[in-house]
Amino acid sequence: MPPDRPLRVKFWGTRGSIPVAMTSAEVRRKLISTLMRASGRRLETPEQAAAFLERELDFSISHTFGGNSSCVEIVTGQRDYVICDFGSGARVFGNEVLATRGPSGQRFHAFMSHLHLDHIMGFPFFMPIYTAGNTVRIYGCHAELEQAFRGQHAAPFFPVDFGRLPATIEFVRLEPDRDYDIAGLRVRPKLQRHGGDSYGYRFQAGDKVVVYSTDAEHKQDDLTEIKAFAEFFRDADLVVFDSQYSLAEATSIKEDWGHSSNVVGLELCQMAGAKRLCLYHHEPVSDDERIAALLAETRRLEEITRAERRVEILAAYDGMEISL
Amino acid sequence: MELTPKRYVDTVVLSPVGRIDHSTSEDFKTALAPHMARCAEGQDRVILDFGGVEYISSVGLRVLMLASKQAKAQRGSLGVAALQPAVREIFDISRFTMVLDVFPSVREGLARLSPKALTAFDAA
Repeated sequence: MPPDRPLRVKFWGTRGSIPVAMTSAEVRRKLISTLMRASGRRLETPEQAAAFLERELDFSISHTFGGNSSCVEIVTGQRDYVICDFGSGARVFGNEVLATRGPSGQRFHAFMSHLHLDHIMGFPFFMPIYTAGNTVRIYGCHAELEQAFRGQHAAPFFPVDFGRLPATIEFVRLEPDRDYDIAGLRVRPKLQRHGGDSYGYRFQAGDKVVVYSTDAEHKQDDLTEIKAFAEFFRDADLVVFDSQYSLAEATSIKEDWGHSSNVVGLELCQMAGAKRLCLYHHEPVSDDERIAALLAETRRLEEITRAERRVEILAAYDGMEISL
Repeated sequence: MELTPKRYVDTVVLSPVGRIDHSTSEDFKTALAPHMARCAEGQDRVILDFGGVEYISSVGLRVLMLASKQAKAQRGSLGVAALQPAVREIFDISRFTMVLDVFPSVREGLARLSPKALTAFDAA
């Protein structure tokens, strides 16, 4: 077992299915709300303005949940980088690495939930792959792991063929339900219900546990499966959970579309004794107000269904960091 | 699970009690099945009186969704009525109020589904 060490989790992309950007109309609505709330206030310095934003405005007005697709970093305190998925958020992550550590000599470990476009589309824009001396090791359970990454670099999809990438890029097939020690973490993949399959990952460093479980549908009447996921989430400090749909959608018109809900995520975390549930893989049509409302509703649901232990509820946003 | 059915002309009112979760949902589903089989055009309308239900989890809501789908396929009418405040919140948060017919009371449900049944209910 790797040694005791604090973990941090940083979210670079939190949107499901496709990246989205705020529209001009949405920015304007936020500005109007902010200016009206600030009316008559003395905001003469950047510090006063920042304090006003943080203390007196709702998150959905003063910030945005963001629009990049899936990419989450597990910060281990070691030199190597660990991420989950190569969605469009990986572009921002790669640029941050270049800015803080320079262009070369970095080693990255990327755990792939699956190979749908929104989870691999950031790779061609991940700048470290264009510099010799960087190593990117991509882990996953799908047989088509390497093929998918090579395929999106091939003509006519992208102008730079995979074979011309200067960085060292390696693919490592994992098997579900096996423990691996990688980059200072104990890692266990688990098969999830999703079109073409997806895999969740349970990461452990010392007594800290993070579960990354996105693009997963849960059938509530399959008790064996529910118990298996509760075990996978057991005592986790943080569960990053696909809550793209409402429960009603996930059990009706969007059944078998491969995603889950805030309600099922909370129930699984309650069964598992998990400490925090982070709503993730946000529905692309949801604006900031809608995601903020989802967060408030899930917190309320936790209150009225709490048995013994409280589950802290969070909603992921691009740039959010959590220390465990 | 005992549903204590009460008939008002063409409408059956069922009254589950307690918690509908992983430990009781199969029983709830089994008890509901014969009533849903007759929840069809020209046969029975069904109202679930949830006044005695303290909690419903996602698996219980899934039973209701399946029942609703069955009723629609059979051109029948299914309603849920008299939700306790916490259960009403669970329905709202899960968006089940958008896919099921939810009524404040059994009486209001009967008024919507069957005027004949309402008359019988008021006379009882």
